[in-house]
Amino acid sequence: MSKPRNKDSMSNIMTVALSVCFVCSVMVASAAVFLKPQRMANKNLDRVSNILMAAGLRNIGSEEIMAEFKKFEVRLVDLEEDRFLSSLEISDLGIDLQTYDQRRASRDPEFSRQLLDEEDIASITRRARYSIVYMQRDEGAITKIILPIHGYGLWSTLYGFISLSGDMNTVSGITFYEHGETAGLGGEVDNMTWKASWNDKQIYDGQSVALRVVKGKALENSPSFKYEIDGLSGATLTSRGVENLIAFWLGEDGFGPLLKTLGS
Amino acid sequence: MTNREILFNPLFNNNPIGLQILGICSALAVTTKMSVALVMCIALTVVVAFSNLFISIIRDRIPSSVRIIVQMTIIASLVIVVDQILGAVAYELSKQLSVFVGLIITNCIVMGRAEAFAMQNPPWPSFVDGIGNGLGYSLILMLVATVRELFGSGSMFGYEIMPLVTNGGWYSPVGLMLLPPSAFFIIGFLIWVLREWKPEQVESSEHEIGEQTAFSKV
Repeated sequence: MSKPRNKDSMSNIMTVALSVCFVCSVMVASAAVFLKPQRMANKNLDRVSNILMAAGLRNIGSEEIMAEFKKFEVRLVDLEEDRFLSSLEISDLGIDLQTYDQRRASRDPEFSRQLLDEEDIASITRRARYSIVYMQRDEGAITKIILPIHGYGLWSTLYGFISLSGDMNTVSGITFYEHGETAGLGGEVDNMTWKASWNDKQIYDGQSVALRVVKGKALENSPSFKYEIDGLSGATLTSRGVENLIAFWLGEDGFGPLLKTLGS
Repeated sequence: MTNREILFNPLFNNNPIGLQILGICSALAVTTKMSVALVMCIALTVVVAFSNLFISIIRDRIPSSVRIIVQMTIIASLVIVVDQILGAVAYELSKQLSVFVGLIITNCIVMGRAEAFAMQNPPWPSFVDGIGNGLGYSLILMLVATVRELFGSGSMFGYEIMPLVTNGGWYSPVGLMLLPPSAFFIIGFLIWVLREWKPEQVESSEHEIGEQTAFSKV
């Protein structure tokens, strides 16, 4: 390369700046474009495997994941009117179930609403009006329903799924697929043993949500044992966050009324 | 300096973390698990090596008045490309690394090597220097991660070494190891060991405490 006579001249500064910008932007743009399909596929696979994890299926290969997932029925719930929407209503709303992004919808004033302070127990500020749920049926009767849940822990919003059995009251699995809690403390929401301890717990005691995450260990001989989850040690605030998000999403402003109709 | 020296000096003699105390931020943040730390090491090494290479290639053309921003543009683009590739091939790990791959842009080691080495040296030695410094960083990061994962979670690369009490085993983990400050202690110990072994790295103190004179006058 021949050395420019004066590399600090204005023309050289402009040439270098523009050509560096050009080359770099081509590099970044082509990486983004070429890798996008793979990234989207990964993201989708991750989401689906988390849905299945909540349903109690784990350690299955990526091809089986998609096959298993096809067995689930995908429905859209209107959380204001507490009912399922028909496919006609869904297309009227302009929503595509494959690409519906509840997180984005909860920021869109048209598809969400601001929660009042007393309603907002999970600290999520806004709630999307429509939510996707996944169901498995056996001869018409729902045997499993998987609900997306999220709420604030200590540092971050925890996103996950909870799965309930056909009685719409018994937990059959829970999982969090995204959170930023302290690894080893609040991050133990990922602990398999802890997640397994949710199985067969009951959500409702009559009308209201009774499920609690207690401090320390839930006592087996206590009358409320079936509503109690062991707290995560060293993570009181994350445990409380999980308790609150359950109370919100399974309560009056969440899926509560719908589950009651389905359960009765 | 031979290429060999350029490659191996940053491991012990001129370690970016151990001697220059650069890149501490990510050394605290991504060392709770060895697998995450390893991916971070690879990402950083790739970025330093290639940013050194590209900057060195155009070093005679970069005007000194805008050199920092030119370096930043190149480094930032490389980081984005690395981040995209991680998202495509190692999705799980890239999720755990979250913002820290992006923060390689602000890692002082990358800028430091570009400014101190690549601007004055031909492409090949610059590339080697980048690899060397990446390895120096990786060495410390992996040591810290080994200690933190072993004592904090009882495992190495996710494989259980000491079964935890919470999983029905006997090992009660050290909670501090999971929190960022523990990395400070471990890095401190590593620097101590390094300087005990190579005393020439010990800096002379900036201030001498004067001799006690008050009592002798009484």
